[in-house]
Amino acid sequence: MARVVVDVMLKPEILDPQGKAVEGALGRLGLEGVTSVRQGKTFTVELDGEIDEERLAQVHELAGSLLSNPVIEDYVIREVTA
Amino acid sequence: MSTAPRKSRDTVDDAIAHPEREQPYAELGLKANEYERIKEILGRRPTSGELAMYSVMWSEHCSYKSSKVHLRQFGDKKPETDKLLVGIGENAGVVDIGQGWAVTFKVESHNHPSYVEPYQGAATGIGGIVRDIISMGARPVAVMDPLRFGAADHPDTRRVLPGVVAGIGGYGNCLGLPNIGGEVVFDPCYQGNPLVNALCLGTLRHEDIHLASAKGVGNLVVLYGAKTGGDGIGGASILASETFEDGGPAKRPAVQVGDPFMEKLLIECTLEVLHAGLVEGIQDLGAAGISCATSELASNGDGGMHVVLDKVPLRDHTLTPEEILMSESQERMAAVVTPANIDAFLDVCRKWDVDAAIIGEVTGTGRLVIEWQGEVIVDVPPRTVAHDGPVYERPIERPDWQDALIADAPSSLKRPASAEEVRATVLQLVGSPNLASKTWVTSQYDRYVLGNTVLAQPEDAGVVRVDEGSGLGVAISTDCNGRFAKLDPYNGAKLALAEAYRNVAATGAEPLAVTNCLNFGSPEDPAVMWQFSEAVRGLADACLELGTPVTGGNVSFYNQTGDVAIHPTPVVGVLGVIDDVEKRTAMALGREGDVVLVLGETRDEFAGSEWAHVVHGHLGGIPPEVDLAAERWLAQVLVAGSRSGLLSAAHDVSDAGIAQALVEMSLRGGVGATVTVPDGTDPFVLLLSESTARAVVTVSPSDVAALESLAGQHGVPVTRLGVVGAPGADLVVENVYGGTASWTLDELRATADATLPALFG
Repeated sequence: MARVVVDVMLKPEILDPQGKAVEGALGRLGLEGVTSVRQGKTFTVELDGEIDEERLAQVHELAGSLLSNPVIEDYVIREVTA
Repeated sequence: MSTAPRKSRDTVDDAIAHPEREQPYAELGLKANEYERIKEILGRRPTSGELAMYSVMWSEHCSYKSSKVHLRQFGDKKPETDKLLVGIGENAGVVDIGQGWAVTFKVESHNHPSYVEPYQGAATGIGGIVRDIISMGARPVAVMDPLRFGAADHPDTRRVLPGVVAGIGGYGNCLGLPNIGGEVVFDPCYQGNPLVNALCLGTLRHEDIHLASAKGVGNLVVLYGAKTGGDGIGGASILASETFEDGGPAKRPAVQVGDPFMEKLLIECTLEVLHAGLVEGIQDLGAAGISCATSELASNGDGGMHVVLDKVPLRDHTLTPEEILMSESQERMAAVVTPANIDAFLDVCRKWDVDAAIIGEVTGTGRLVIEWQGEVIVDVPPRTVAHDGPVYERPIERPDWQDALIADAPSSLKRPASAEEVRATVLQLVGSPNLASKTWVTSQYDRYVLGNTVLAQPEDAGVVRVDEGSGLGVAISTDCNGRFAKLDPYNGAKLALAEAYRNVAATGAEPLAVTNCLNFGSPEDPAVMWQFSEAVRGLADACLELGTPVTGGNVSFYNQTGDVAIHPTPVVGVLGVIDDVEKRTAMALGREGDVVLVLGETRDEFAGSEWAHVVHGHLGGIPPEVDLAAERWLAQVLVAGSRSGLLSAAHDVSDAGIAQALVEMSLRGGVGATVTVPDGTDPFVLLLSESTARAVVTVSPSDVAALESLAGQHGVPVTRLGVVGAPGADLVVENVYGGTASWTLDELRATADATLPALFG
């Protein structure tokens, strides 16, 4: 079984209201010195059998169209375990 | 994030020293002659910061350069009224509704952003119009969204519509504002150009009206609200001035993400500083961001301002000064505050957890000077940026296909000729996307938060209570039939006003004032410009005749894909006042035995009708006749009948005629009616014609004479149709080509309710 981990984050120039809320809460809870928090999503995709170039390309397509909203989000494939 | 700010490479001194440097004015949307004019104004080439400012402020979206010459008619033909406390030109007009209360309302478009990113585009549309309202010193109390999408069964509509609806609900519900109405219309002409218009209503006491200006040399300019980031840079010019190029997702421009919780803080903070008298002038930051706010505040005040751009709180420290000037980050406001009040102002901001920074001060120099890292990067006369942009008399030409369109009358279309065919046709219409129940959409909006919503969708107009003691309230409706406007833009605009006016009156409110959102194709196409000029002329003429002034509005051009423009869509919002909301008339059939009557005259008018559209896919001919005098008389009957308690129900007759009106009234009340087509009347014409200036009303049997007398005094024809049935009774129409057409409420409801869930889940 192969495993691919995809991280999806809002593009850096896009406002992240939830990250901002976390950042504010950290300050109120007494954690000093936090200058920025941005939150995103992680997808762990498991596949039958071996992963090859072609299947990885399919995951890329999936990540760029379904798992992320390309207008406001970027994705990276963080980990591929064959 | 930790990168040091980049040093500006283009100061005013550089511009003087290096006049030859080439500048990307075309990429920023400026024409060569516009760029030359900037050089003429400044006596040198602009700096890159100045170019950024001029390019966004002189875009179609901000400068109204193609529409200005036409929009003047709204002022020139303004009806005599003492109700208008603030007229066109401010962020939003303010209307006196009595008892010391005033309301402000305005509708704006967020069409292009909502196509690119439906959720955030629609959400930030709400955010923007709400800030327009608070900058007038009013508390936002309701929103409405007139929406138009491509064909209901097109795959892209399934992408756009759910996102838009969720965005409106997400932002509006978080703000705690009821969404009291609007429209959802489908037509293939909007496929690549959905229309997402947003209206906000605010209330205020007369003494709380505030205007945007920077008066008083030495006063401080404060930027408060969210930090400035790199979102939506150039959005104003690039999103609103150019049509979309074909291309993959990667080419799409950056959009803004809204934060409704920040906006809520901004509302409370702004109203507190305004009511405490801590502010000299105030301005929201929308399209063109800081460029717009500083140039408009300065040119409306003493004419000068000195801004230190380094003081702007940034979310992203890599932004260049040009980007800071152009950023359209949401949830920001600018205020002008005296040095004496500044500490109190900043205290209020702190209390609401709103970032605030003094970014400059008002000067008497007549120049807007912006400094970055100790060097002057902008030095311009602010009026030339904000108000003296280019004005175009675009070529106008009636399109050559217009005559063929008008000649293609619907008279040859096959009409139903038996009771069974009428029955089937009505059912087909009831389930068609434009007429089907919009509950799938409106149930995602909070319609009753704040506890002052008296009527909301699917009623004719949204009604909210303004004064909880006296019951004083307002009603608002937005309408436009783009098919009518396509057939005849002049009368189409009049028809849009007439319908909204009638909807407001149907609730018992007296129509007072008008806002509009004029959605059209490219102004560079003479045919579109003809449609636009005709529509504006029609709306201005109709406002004058009905005595309802235009208080403000918005123009959205470039709603076209390739050479194909949308139907001209001048969305008209009418606001009315009702002395006591408890007396409002709802549309539901209620009391058994009440008499059903139709007010107004029915003619054989099917051009542009819902029937021709749904059954035959036909658009052609001359739209229904506009009779504004008849509309006015009808409204007076509806308002008087509501005030005196005569009417037990009233509903405007428009799309799909009396048949659809009866269906909606029956479903709303859970009670059908038995009506009879009068002898000598064609049943199909009576049931489905879309003649204007009509309403279906009900009164108790003992009040029929009183209603007939009231209508008679105003010259409004009355036709008795039938009686309201017992609870759960069928809707029955007798004397239909020798037979009877009837529908159970269950089948009507199942048909009306099934359509949108089947399409959108």
